[in-house]
Amino acid sequence: MSYLQSVPPHDLGAHLAEHDSKTVLRFITCGSVDDGKSTLIGRLLFDAKLIFEDQLTNLGRVGSPGTANGEEIDLALLLDGLEAEREQGITIDVAYRYFATSKRKFIVADTPGHEEYTRNMVTGASTADLAVILIDSRQGILPQTRRHSYIASLLGIRHLVLAVNKFDLVEFRQSVFDEIARDYRAFAKKLGFVSIQSIPISARFGDNVISASQNTPWYKGPALLEYLETVQLDPPAAERPFRLPVQLVMRPHADFRGYAGQIASGRISVGDPVVVAKSGQHSSVEAIVTFDGNLPTAAEGEAVTLVLADEVDASRGNMLVAPAARPFVADQFQAHVIWFDASPMLPGRGYILRTETDSVSATVTALKHQVNINSFAREAAKSLQMNEVGVCNISTQAPIVFDAYKDNRATGNFVFVDRATNATVGAGMIDFPLRRADNVHWQATDVNKAARSAMKSQRPAVLWFTGLSGSGKSTIANALDRLLHARGKHTYMLDGDNVRHGLNRDLGFTEADRVENIRRVAEVAKLMADAGLIVLVSFISPFRGERQMARELMEECEFIEIFVDTPLEECARRDPKGLYEKALAGKIANFTGVSSPYEAPENPELHLKTVEEDPTTLALKIEAFLDGQRGDR
Amino acid sequence: MSLANLRRLEAEAIHVLREVVATFSNPVVLYSIGKDSSVLLHLALKAFYPAKPPFPFLHVDTTWKFREMITFRDRMTQELGFNLLVHINQDGVDQGVGPFTHGSNLHTHVMKTMALRQALEKYRFDAALAGARRDEEKSRAKERVFSIRNAQHGWDPQRQRPEMWKTYNTRVGAGETMRVFPLSNWTEFDIWQYILQENIAIVPLYFAARRPVVSRDGMLIMIDDDRMPLEPGEEVMDRMVRFRTLGCYPLTGAIDSEAATVPDILREMLTVRTSERQSRLIDTDEAGAMEKKKREGYF
Repeated sequence: MSYLQSVPPHDLGAHLAEHDSKTVLRFITCGSVDDGKSTLIGRLLFDAKLIFEDQLTNLGRVGSPGTANGEEIDLALLLDGLEAEREQGITIDVAYRYFATSKRKFIVADTPGHEEYTRNMVTGASTADLAVILIDSRQGILPQTRRHSYIASLLGIRHLVLAVNKFDLVEFRQSVFDEIARDYRAFAKKLGFVSIQSIPISARFGDNVISASQNTPWYKGPALLEYLETVQLDPPAAERPFRLPVQLVMRPHADFRGYAGQIASGRISVGDPVVVAKSGQHSSVEAIVTFDGNLPTAAEGEAVTLVLADEVDASRGNMLVAPAARPFVADQFQAHVIWFDASPMLPGRGYILRTETDSVSATVTALKHQVNINSFAREAAKSLQMNEVGVCNISTQAPIVFDAYKDNRATGNFVFVDRATNATVGAGMIDFPLRRADNVHWQATDVNKAARSAMKSQRPAVLWFTGLSGSGKSTIANALDRLLHARGKHTYMLDGDNVRHGLNRDLGFTEADRVENIRRVAEVAKLMADAGLIVLVSFISPFRGERQMARELMEECEFIEIFVDTPLEECARRDPKGLYEKALAGKIANFTGVSSPYEAPENPELHLKTVEEDPTTLALKIEAFLDGQRGDR
Repeated sequence: MSLANLRRLEAEAIHVLREVVATFSNPVVLYSIGKDSSVLLHLALKAFYPAKPPFPFLHVDTTWKFREMITFRDRMTQELGFNLLVHINQDGVDQGVGPFTHGSNLHTHVMKTMALRQALEKYRFDAALAGARRDEEKSRAKERVFSIRNAQHGWDPQRQRPEMWKTYNTRVGAGETMRVFPLSNWTEFDIWQYILQENIAIVPLYFAARRPVVSRDGMLIMIDDDRMPLEPGEEVMDRMVRFRTLGCYPLTGAIDSEAATVPDILREMLTVRTSERQSRLIDTDEAGAMEKKKREGYF
């Protein structure tokens, strides 16, 4: 449903123009479970006569027990559109509704209250200008009230309505309202909201929802809808600098090259100078091309195609920007991260970092602290669990273009994507670049990798043996090492157990420590390859993400993943170190294959099955691979 | 953002269309010939200008569409010169599946849902754009702009990815595909206002005219060809009607209306008291019907 008026206007054209020019307010409803979020929106739409007749009739069909047969309609059912939601009587995912009054257009996202579904609340909050936080007046401020308030603030929402709901159940007593409003203001002081409006309401009975209630004569403020219709949003900030994230390069024919994207901020006119953010190349705008004809000028929010006066190198992921006010270009920065996934965020693990148009490999180099959502205190943490928020230092494989999130929501955000599952596992808001990116340069040396490997007459390589404990990694690596050594090759073997005696002796076997273990070993292997060596790395390395991270550290074709494939039963039967016996008896925690997962390689360079062939034959296979595929002598 | 409403919606949709082309290797537009598809087609012409839309348009023909829809489809293809693919579930045709003989549920499942799955697999599309809007139906209101489907083309609402800002996660695993809805935030009213503003061609069935209809199960069903058997007591009436949505003619109800132009329709909409999907039989077969169909791979 979109719009309703009792009488058709005489002048349709003028009416439509007015309708089209109304400002849009995007808001969310949030708060704890059962505080009445869906009911409130249902009430708002119902009382404002914005629900179609057949939609009300259909409610009878799906009504939950106890509400379907009678006079009272369960208004939440207008919103809870999923089967599971109706069955459980809760909101699981965010629902978007659209409505308009004579003053404004609204897009409302009804977000779930359960902590478990925080990711869906964040989805709604990321594009909202205002949040309506509901509180059950019998309960007061709950942990979810705090969490949602914090997340709303973190995502850049600056205006807040505190809807003190179920007020009929506390006999509309002013003292209850005053106390909750006071407590909330005290709590929210640190959250940086520009405005907080508290309203006592009953979503169920409609008090102060669209008009002032007789039951709260002491309340002199606006009803909810009246407030939403009139609240002043941030005045259009003094024009922000021009940003066009390049989404697509249009090349329909040899004579046309246009940079397409949606303007993230600022304004651009034909003739204006622009800079390609990553390269610093200068040019100017020759034309702003659209289907409806060329434009003299275009502004924030418009999807345009720019033709530049000069040939520049700007592909997807780059940004065209104002020369006088440039964004950051860096590969290290600090960000606030909200984690969504059941498997925790681990420093050292590789993720795909996606900005609006760019995509790069990234690692969290440090989790500086986690934020306690009740006290906002900074707490030390080694990982971020689902629904936790932390401040992280992040390092990307290649520099990305960004602004601070507080300055620009469009160019300051990113999401983390898991390499293996492709799930969206986290969201980030960038704070600032880290200076290290500028100041720590790789020291170029005169005698380089090529010179060192030429002297050894070999191509450096990192042979990465992965497989279960007892699968035969070290045995095969050892056999290969002897073969290569006999041919005069310069090699070095890095063995999991050996490294844990020295370099990594501070690490245990938790998931976080195992990731760090691999990261250090990969970095050491990289230095050794740089020294010209053939490095044999023999580590269980159970997670795909870390092996991928190691691969990306090395040069093209330098990393050779060797999957030593031995069934778990066979490893347990061999049990060379007696570890399986202990693990199966529950005496070793986090033992790969028993109490911790092993993610088998999907496309290893070599896949060795040890039950079929002996270690020497397998070592010869690897040698043949090195001689053949890589053209080594 | 201070753009006017339609301009904002247009820019948002163009951004999504471009994002699909930038990140998928073999996308397609599901073209249903309806008003939303007409708007989507128009936006595709805008998004890639001066190039043509760099993807084909797929029509899944159930063989029970209004004849005027097919005529319109073929005319548009010729006039605009876009690449149209038509897919019919031949197994269904061979078995004689139709709404009168098999019921609306089975017909829709075989001729629409299964047909769509066949076509997506035949051409190996990795992303399918469609004109669905969140304001159509309440399970749609819960869906993302980029909505992932498993290898069986099913939607799993509990496993929807979070979708923040305009930063879309466009990665899919082996066998998975993406459904993409650039018109997610448009309302029915926006669609009509945009059709007026941009002068977009639509199927004449949207405009009121005298048409032969019968009243059946509380809906006005138009007799579009001689495949429709009349039930005892049913009488063909000649009434001034139009359609708010278009689908298979036996499953789509007409409304009494005098609105013969787009401005007439907009005026009518300002007073209307029912939702557009009221005239769609398939949505009301059972509670949660739309969600169930989407889980099975309906778009």
